[in-house]
Order: sequence, then structure tokens, then C-alpha cells
Amino acid sequence: MSILKIKNVHLKIENKPILKGISLSVNKGEIHAVMGPNGSGKSTLSYMLAGREGYELESGEVKFENKDITSFLPNERANAGLFLAFQYPVELPGVSSVNFLREAVNSRRKYLGKEEFNHLNFVKEVRKVADEMFVKDEMLKRSVNVGFSGGEKKRFEILQMALLQPVLSILDETDSGLDIDALKIVSHGVNKYKNNDNAIILITHYQRLLDYIVPDFVHILVDGEIKRSGGPELAKYVEKNGYAGIINAA
Amino acid sequence: MVATSETIKKVRDTTKKYKYGFTTNVNVEKAPKGLNEDIIRFISSKKSEPKWLLEWRLMAYRKWLKMEKPNWAKVDFSDINYQDIYYYAAPKQKKKLESLDEVDPEILKTYEKLGIPLTEQKMLAGVAVDAVFDSVSVATTFKEKLSESGVIFCPISEAIQKYPQLVKKYLGSVVPVSDNYYTALNSAVFTDGSFVLVPKDVKCPMELSTYFRINEQNTGQFERTLIVVEDSGYVSYLEGCTAPQRDENQLHAAVVELVAMKDAQIKYSTVQNWYPGDENGKGGIYNFVTKRGKCLGDRSKISWTQVETGSSITWKYPSCILMGNQSVGEFYSVAITNNAQQADTGTKMIHIGKDTKSTIISKGISAGKSSNTYRGQVQIQKTANKARNFTQCDSLLIGDKCSAHTVPYIAQNVANAKVEHEATTSKISDDQLFYCFQRGLDSESATSLIVNGFCKEVMKELPMEFAVEAQKLIGISLEGSVG
Ligand SMILES: Nc1ncnc2c1ncn2[C@@H]1O[C@H](COP(=O)(O)OP(=O)(O)O)[C@@H](O)[C@H]1O
Ligand SMILES: [Mg+2]
Repeated sequence: MSILKIKNVHLKIENKPILKGISLSVNKGEIHAVMGPNGSGKSTLSYMLAGREGYELESGEVKFENKDITSFLPNERANAGLFLAFQYPVELPGVSSVNFLREAVNSRRKYLGKEEFNHLNFVKEVRKVADEMFVKDEMLKRSVNVGFSGGEKKRFEILQMALLQPVLSILDETDSGLDIDALKIVSHGVNKYKNNDNAIILITHYQRLLDYIVPDFVHILVDGEIKRSGGPELAKYVEKNGYAGIINAA
Repeated sequence: MVATSETIKKVRDTTKKYKYGFTTNVNVEKAPKGLNEDIIRFISSKKSEPKWLLEWRLMAYRKWLKMEKPNWAKVDFSDINYQDIYYYAAPKQKKKLESLDEVDPEILKTYEKLGIPLTEQKMLAGVAVDAVFDSVSVATTFKEKLSESGVIFCPISEAIQKYPQLVKKYLGSVVPVSDNYYTALNSAVFTDGSFVLVPKDVKCPMELSTYFRINEQNTGQFERTLIVVEDSGYVSYLEGCTAPQRDENQLHAAVVELVAMKDAQIKYSTVQNWYPGDENGKGGIYNFVTKRGKCLGDRSKISWTQVETGSSITWKYPSCILMGNQSVGEFYSVAITNNAQQADTGTKMIHIGKDTKSTIISKGISAGKSSNTYRGQVQIQKTANKARNFTQCDSLLIGDKCSAHTVPYIAQNVANAKVEHEATTSKISDDQLFYCFQRGLDSESATSLIVNGFCKEVMKELPMEFAVEAQKLIGISLEGSVG
């Protein structure tokens, strides 16, 4: 069952080609890793999928659960179950984390035709999930991402994923800047959420993360193109030989 | 993105209507248009006022004739034709009202539509309301319950009849008649408003609230509020206001005076939602208001909290005169301007007593092509040993056609006083909006969430009963501002 089908996607920013004919197919239950050097277009790909203004595709196709979503607003895509864990989560001063989470969860529930949580029920729900994700109660009282350490920000992203139960999660360098303990916590969260009905695209720099979250497919994105796809062994190859071999071979 | 701008346009088209813009059909009695001594005599006799008050009004009128409108504020409007305004408009009623059941059902319906039910069964629990419709007070709820505790809460016109000595003693004692152009005008023609007296040692058992509504066309509203809290008393008071949507501008020139005796506390909150005019600046209320509190006794405290979202022009500086030693003045303000609105608002903290303390937190949010100015004065007089002030002014800009200004005046005449001022200006970033969108929020909810976060320190000062309403109002007044 297809969750995401991207066909020959081209995208320019300020007239500069950034994505140059990307195709990718993600089915239920799969984990795909997208690796590539800095500036190769990984975040651009995730913004394009999430529908960020300024990241509209120039040509190509994007189908999410067999629906063309290219004209969907970002919030419509989110409510339909497309989730992006940000590489750099932004601060929202004064916006309490619990309230933010509740608004997010309720808008998805509304979309799904489920009853919205009231404050009390939501606090119960969030406590349960936060506990599983090793997010402390105290953190939920703070403003969204304000004064969070790098690790806390990433954990908060994963908490949002676990609460929203998206169909497709794109994790943009969620592992960057994490020490090994933080990496384990985040991976634990991802593995806990993962099941046969959803899918994950892991954007990463390092093979390290893939020791904890084992991908079914690995794609190497260089200069706006997927130069090679393969299984987990491809990540190991890149770890050992760098991207140079792949770039040159292409 | 095409889809985004289309949706936003749709949202704007469906929501741009000011929710409270309807009018009510009631039989009214009006004084003839225009202003002269006869009109003032008419108003005074309509209200069967004592002679001293008529003299006071006439004195104010004569002063006003010689005064000029203030021109230092950063607001721009064409001259008001004072002869083209009705100064008195009252719903017709045959006799004096004995109970709420006798209020014109149309008026009760109006307040119900505004979310302020006045009928006994539906009244807001824990909140006593005085409803002022055009020039007169039409209903006051929970009167008996309040009088059991000794608190007087009634229309000022009633207080003039029942407690003339009290009114005479305090009227104009905080805001002198000729303080400014609009206070002189108000003193001459004020028609109604609320009067509160909290006796010594009494904590007022419920929130008091006045709800102002301008209904008639070409009618000015000139209300007068007077709140006196005696030693160790406490009151929390809230005013709300709305007006129908009209193409012409209407004038609202109110005066509010607060007096706090020894150890007394007054918490005064405003949620101002007068009709703001349309996107092009046509119509809307001119909100030219003078509010001032006197901390007369030692350790007294006056807090102003305001959420200003409406009016085409806001000119308003709720202030504290800190006379008592260790008295405290606070000003918490959220001022939102959208489309063509102009706001010039802030406060004055006048430190006279020793160890007096004041706090100013101002949050200005500008969107559309609006202009939003914070103007604040902190004056530490020679007697104010060890006085302290802390001021924080934050401005948030939405879009790039609006403007925000901060104009602080600081006069410090005591070496050991401490005055601190902090100011910031920020924008809602695309990153913040996209983050919210990615979590499923539409552009209105996202803006409202971010702006409410920005205002949090002020919003938490509002009485619980009104905080939720005010939060929603912030969202509504910014609708269509993000595109
Ligand atoms: N908003 C933008 N404005 C200009 N250039 C951009 C913008 N976003 C991305 N780019 C450019 O697109 C390329 C890919 O960037 P990005 O997708 O962030 O790469 P990665 O995530 O793989 O490091 C880079 O050359 C970057 O400079
Ligand atoms: Mg990136």
C-alpha cells in the first residue's frame, strides 16, 4: 500500500535548481533513510512535501495516500497525517507547550472526525505519552522550545509525532547534535511509534542513527538528485567511503 | 502560494464583519443635535440634577470653549464637528424601572447577543453588571447582594440623587475638569456611567462590570465612572464596550476616576472592542478617554489592565498618582491595531510618596497598515524617596505596512530612585507560522496562538471570567492579517 509517491520532482529556489528530478516511493510499514552531504537538498525535499510557502514544485508529481496533494495547504497536509520533525524547531515565546500540543492534536482529531480533547483529558493523555518518550512534566509547562536544550527540542518533536500518530513522518536530522544517550532515547521513541500502518523517512547525515533505527531502504541524495538507492548496507558503505565514491560514479 | 492566498481571502471575506456591528430598534428620546448651554441644561434637567452639578457642567463647558484639542499624539483624523453630534439619547421608558423585567426586551436581547445576559436566570455567576445603552444605564444586576456587603454599585446618575455628598466630594478630584480638551467636554455633557463605593475593610464579594454600548447614529458617548475604595477595601472592576458598524465616526470621550485609600486595592480591567472601522479606515469609534487613579493612602494599590482591540483611533493613558507611601501602580496593556486603526496609548506613573513602586508592561501588536504607539511617562518627584519603576514595552509587527513606536518620557528627580526601561520589537516569523501550520493549525489559529503567547504576561492579569473571551477577541481582531 502506497503512502507516498514522488515522481520526477523538480524545484527551484530563486531560480536555482535545488531538486532535479527526484522520485521516491514509500509504502506502509517502511523506513526510508535519505542521506547526503550538507546542502544537497534534504531539508528542501521535506519542506516541499510539507507544503511550505516558497517550496512549490516546478514539475513532477506528489501523491500522499494516492491523492495529489500539491494544492493542499500545509495544515491540510499535516491534518491528513504528514508530519515533519524539524531540523531546527522554532521557539514560540509565551505559548505553553501543553496548549500547543493540545491545539495540534485537536486539529488532527477534528480532521479524523474524532472527539476533541478537553484540557483535563488531554493532560492525562500527554502525561502518558510524554512518559514513554522520556519528556519531563516540567518541560511541558515551558513555552514551546524556549530554553530547551538541543536534545530536549528533538525529544519534543518526537513527542509530537507520537501524539499526532501521523501516517508519514519525516525526521529531518533528528539525530544531529545528540549525544549517544539522547540518540538512544529518540530512537526508542521512534521505534515505539513505528508500526505496519505508517512509514518514516529518516533524513540523516550519519550512519550512527541507523544502528538504532534500521531502515528498509537507503537513498543517497547529492546535489538535488538521488544518486543511488539500496538497503542498509549502502549506509555502511557511505560511512566507510564517504559520498565521494558515489558522486564520482554517477 | 496560490492556495494560501485564496484561502486567506476567503477567510477574510467571511470574517471581516465586525461581530457586534448590528443595531437595535428601540424608541429613543434625543436632545436636539449640537452643543450649547441649553443642551447642557436639558441634560441636567432630564436627570433632575442638583444645581451645583449644573453649575459645574456649565463651568466645564465654558472652559472647553477656550481649549484646543491635543495634537501631540501620533494619530491623524479630520476635525470633529461638535455641532453634528447628539449629546443625549435614551431609550424611552414610561416610568422608573423597578426591576430587570421592566427593561425593554429589545435592549435585553442586545446585551444577550453581546454575551452579557442581564436577565436574572442567566446572569453571569459572580459578576455584577451595569449596562449602559447610549446615554443611560438600563440595568444593574446583583444590586441587593452587593448592598448586603455594604458595596454601592449603581449608575452615576442614581448616585447623584442618592449620595450627592459623596459624588460632590470625589467628582473631578482625580481628573480635573480642564485636564484636557476631552475631559472638559465630558464634564460638561456626561450622561451616565457607574459609581462604586467599597466601604472600609470590605472586599467586594464579586467582580463588578460595566458594559457600554453605543447604538444611536451620530451619538457621542460620554460616560463618567467614579470608584472609591476606603481603607483596606478591595474591588475588581471590568468594563467592556461595543458599537454598531457605521460609516461615520462616532466619539467616545469618557472619564474614569479611581480613589484608593489606605491599604485599599483597585483592579480595573478593560476589554475595549468598539467598532474599528472597515479595512480602509471608514467609520469606527474615536476612543478619547482619560482614566486616572489616585493612590491616596499608604500602601494602596491600583492596577490597570487593558486589552484594546477596537476603535478606529485610541487615545488613552490610564495613569496612577502614587501619593501614599509604599503605594503601588501597575499598568498592563495589550493594544492591537489592524487595517487602518491608529492607537496612541500608554500610561503615566507619578511617584510622589516614599517607596512607591510602579510596573508597566505594554504589548503592542500592529498588523495591516495600522499605527501603534506606546507613550508612557514615569515621573519621580522630589519627595519620592527610593521610588522604583520597571517598564517593559514589546512590539510585535505582522506584515510590513504597519508601524510601531515607543515614546517613553522619564523624569527622575531623586538620586536613590530606580527607573528601568526595556523595549523590544519583533515580527511573527515565517518559521513560526510554518511550524504551527505543520502541526495542523490554520493561519488564523496560528496567528492567534503566537500573539496570545506574546501577550501572556498581560492576559494573565485579567479576571478569569473574561480571560478566555479576551483571548478569542485577540484572534478575531487579527483575522486576515497574515497572508
Ligand atoms: N530559502 C532558501 N533560500 C535560498 N536558498 C535556499 C533556501 N533553502 C534552501 N536553499 C538552498 O538549497 C540548497 C539545499 O539546501 P537544504 O535543502 O537545506 O540542504 P540540506 O538539508 O541537504 O543540507 C542549498 O544550496 C541551500 O543554500
Ligand atoms: Mg537540512
